[in-house]
Amino acid sequence: MNTIIYTSVLGFICMVAEILNLRKVIIPVAVIGLAAILGLTVMEWGTTATHFNDMVRTDNFSVAFGSLAIIITGLVIALSSDYYKNEQNHISDYMAIIVFTLVGGLVLLSYSNMAMLFLGIEILSISLYVMAGSRKYNTSSNEAGLKYFLMGSFASGFLLFGIALIYGVTGSFHLEAINTYLASATAVSPLFYLGVLMLLVAILFKVSAAPFHFWSPDVYEGSPALITALMATLVKVVMFGAFYRLFSTAFGNLGGYTNWLIALVAALTMVVGNLTALQQVNVKRLLAFSGIAHAGYLLLGILSITTDATSALFYYSAAYALATIAAFAVAIPVFQSAGSELVSAFNGLGKRKPFMAAMLTMALISLAGIPPFAGFLAKYYIFSEAMANGFFALLLIAIVSSIIGVYYYFKLILAMYTQPTDESVDVKFPTVYVVVAVLCVLLSLALGLYPNPVIQLF
Amino acid sequence: MLTLLLLLFPLVASLVVLASGNKLSAKLALLFAVVELGLTGYGLSVFLQSGPESFTVFQEWITDPKISLNLGLDGLSMLMVLLTNFLLPIIILTGFNRVIDNAKAYFSLILMMQFALLGVFMANDGLLYYIFWELALIPIYFIALNWGGPNRVPVTLKFFIYTLAGSLFMLFGFIALYHLNPGKSFNITELYNMVILKDNQAWLFWMFFVAFAIKIPIIPFHTWQADTYKESPTQGTMLLSGIMLKMGTYSLLRWLLPVFPEGVAMWTPLIMGLCIAGIVYASIIAIMQKDLKRLLAYSSLAHVGLISAGIFTLNISGLEGSVVQMLSHGVVVVGLFFAADIIYHRTNTLEIDKLGGIRTAAPQFNTLFLIVVLASVGLPLTNSFIGEFLLLLGVFQYNYIAAGIAGLTIILGAVYMFRMFQRVMLGKTNQLTVNFADLHWNEKVVLWILVIVIIAAGVYPQPILAIAEPALRIILDNAVLN
Repeated sequence: MNTIIYTSVLGFICMVAEILNLRKVIIPVAVIGLAAILGLTVMEWGTTATHFNDMVRTDNFSVAFGSLAIIITGLVIALSSDYYKNEQNHISDYMAIIVFTLVGGLVLLSYSNMAMLFLGIEILSISLYVMAGSRKYNTSSNEAGLKYFLMGSFASGFLLFGIALIYGVTGSFHLEAINTYLASATAVSPLFYLGVLMLLVAILFKVSAAPFHFWSPDVYEGSPALITALMATLVKVVMFGAFYRLFSTAFGNLGGYTNWLIALVAALTMVVGNLTALQQVNVKRLLAFSGIAHAGYLLLGILSITTDATSALFYYSAAYALATIAAFAVAIPVFQSAGSELVSAFNGLGKRKPFMAAMLTMALISLAGIPPFAGFLAKYYIFSEAMANGFFALLLIAIVSSIIGVYYYFKLILAMYTQPTDESVDVKFPTVYVVVAVLCVLLSLALGLYPNPVIQLF
Repeated sequence: MLTLLLLLFPLVASLVVLASGNKLSAKLALLFAVVELGLTGYGLSVFLQSGPESFTVFQEWITDPKISLNLGLDGLSMLMVLLTNFLLPIIILTGFNRVIDNAKAYFSLILMMQFALLGVFMANDGLLYYIFWELALIPIYFIALNWGGPNRVPVTLKFFIYTLAGSLFMLFGFIALYHLNPGKSFNITELYNMVILKDNQAWLFWMFFVAFAIKIPIIPFHTWQADTYKESPTQGTMLLSGIMLKMGTYSLLRWLLPVFPEGVAMWTPLIMGLCIAGIVYASIIAIMQKDLKRLLAYSSLAHVGLISAGIFTLNISGLEGSVVQMLSHGVVVVGLFFAADIIYHRTNTLEIDKLGGIRTAAPQFNTLFLIVVLASVGLPLTNSFIGEFLLLLGVFQYNYIAAGIAGLTIILGAVYMFRMFQRVMLGKTNQLTVNFADLHWNEKVVLWILVIVIIAAGVYPQPILAIAEPALRIILDNAVLN
């Protein structure tokens, strides 16, 4: 709870800094503030508390996922110091909105009431609608913002409808009350299932699972690259946290009803994500489809709730987020200097900037799930949970699709190491990008070599 | 401790070489590889005195799933480590006097490869083994990709994805084993003692076999091989054919036979058929080849077919033969590919028809190459003879018709190797070969060492058999149904 309040305060500080003419210090203040909030959050470990008539509940789950979300946001804000160096006029708006995105995420990780779920999703989404369209004079940014807004509002409608139906049947917004109702009810009204279905549609939309994924490549492509990074990491992590929380507390007694549905969506997401990614030439779209594919693997974690897959899900989220941020930290300067977001912008990077090319290679190898990086053990944990729950066919699909996945990650690697360089373009990597990329790759390696501290959390 | 030192030294060496300069890197890498070989020699003497127990390393690593740093060296692993560490300095030495750009990265990757290979041969924990297995793929991919021939990009990608696909099925198999194992671990002794239902063994067998069959390769999983051997730089080809494919045959012995005895019993006739068909098929294709490196690739395919057939005979002669032949093939194939490299370096072509008459220009090269070719054919007094003899004996004990067909390998092998030798080395010189310079010092050193080892091991193979036998007996005890 304190985390949410402090983060909101930090968001207000960012806004007020504009008035006090303190634009220059906003980013350092935001990063240091987030570091302090991270410290305070971690100290809440091991305690469980409820707030506001049990609207919000903080527990180990919210602390762990919340810390991850704070770290991700901190890294993205650190990158923004260079990214927005030519847009100092709007820096306070941007920072405030990014911090408020985090607030939405934190609410989503600690809600215990459907109303808070809705609030969290809206805080998160509205901030992102604005940020997606934040390049005012860029048509594709405008398109991304509008598209995301329209589709997202539609999904929110589904969410509300679903919540209303569930409320109608159970008489409560409260997750545990719903759970008790399911455990005690002799005959559950079909309307309840309809409600769950609508809720599922809304959440699957937000995590960009197939067949609700069509918005994500367009929005990822049009948005400013930094915001794409935020959407690909923060949003995915917190939405899966919220998803898991919903199903582990409210629908724990739902039985196998939703399982086959989620399994179907997972299979479809993995296959569609990986197959479509093969044809992409735009790196942002490629990473969008890679994100879709990873959403498919994460859905395997949601399916494995009966064996408590929390740690597997957390580990996977962390591995995915770290590798993706590292990839963006290398990609953004390349985009900027080449003036293009195509794979060909990376041609010859292995010769020109061998160190950063090696960082990107390692990030992609982690995303492809190859040891010794965290991506490998992440895949192992998720697959192992799925195996324990008997999803054999789904697991085979997962394995085949991750083989396909290797191909498009290597497309980038091949461009860097085998294509001739365009000498006229000089790529400069600002220090902060180098630091973030190295940090993420090292963390990814450390997690891959010594996962004990993370995997033993739950 | 010695085990850890043996394993980690190449990793440290790799990082040091990467940090050094391009000029120094080859010498530095050679120095490190020789030191590692010295350490291996010391390890071997310790092994002979006090047996495999003193090499066991056990350290808890990951608690969930239970993965431990479980390393050990039995006779089989020891021989594989010996092969790796013997070939590595030789492979590095073949890179001397050649222009290699960004040499420090190149040699660093070769040493990194050595680290991963050693890990594969030492690991006694399933997932640890798997991690090293996958790790070995990354350096060799980049070696082939960055320093390979003109058609390298699609070829290496096919190789990478093909191999990784196999590995992922093995991962599936390991996860299934983990959940079937009541002790919930990947420990090799637990896996050996596990009771697995016959139905499960029937499909789990394939999950592992496909991974190994792609790596070895056994037909029909071999389509990546010839192109990759052709396009890789010489040192990459040597690593692939000399050591990396032994990962596959070693894994058959270590991780397939003893874990799935019933699966093996069920599928052996089919696998045996594949292996033996592979021998004949590869030999016939080898006869047709116009490119020297492709010919050697297919000859290698024929040889490993016989090695795999020997493994699946499930008798001690077959297994011993396979181990001896793994070592001999490693030594011989490195010699053959080096000869191809020497020819290519001087004439800029590998087309057999364009060559000829090299003997007149380079008599010393001719003699050494001839000995290596004779060894490849399996002439008595060379190391391959004893291996092929034991293998065919094993196959004969399994089924005499199979042995009859597999025996064709000797005749067909003689046909393609001698035809090749005749057309490349003998005959009249032509424009390309008239100025063929005889061997440089590093080429002499490499070929002489290989030839000495070939003859020494051919005359006195007993130590190899003595080291391998106890380990193979244990594997056989677990692999054969009572």
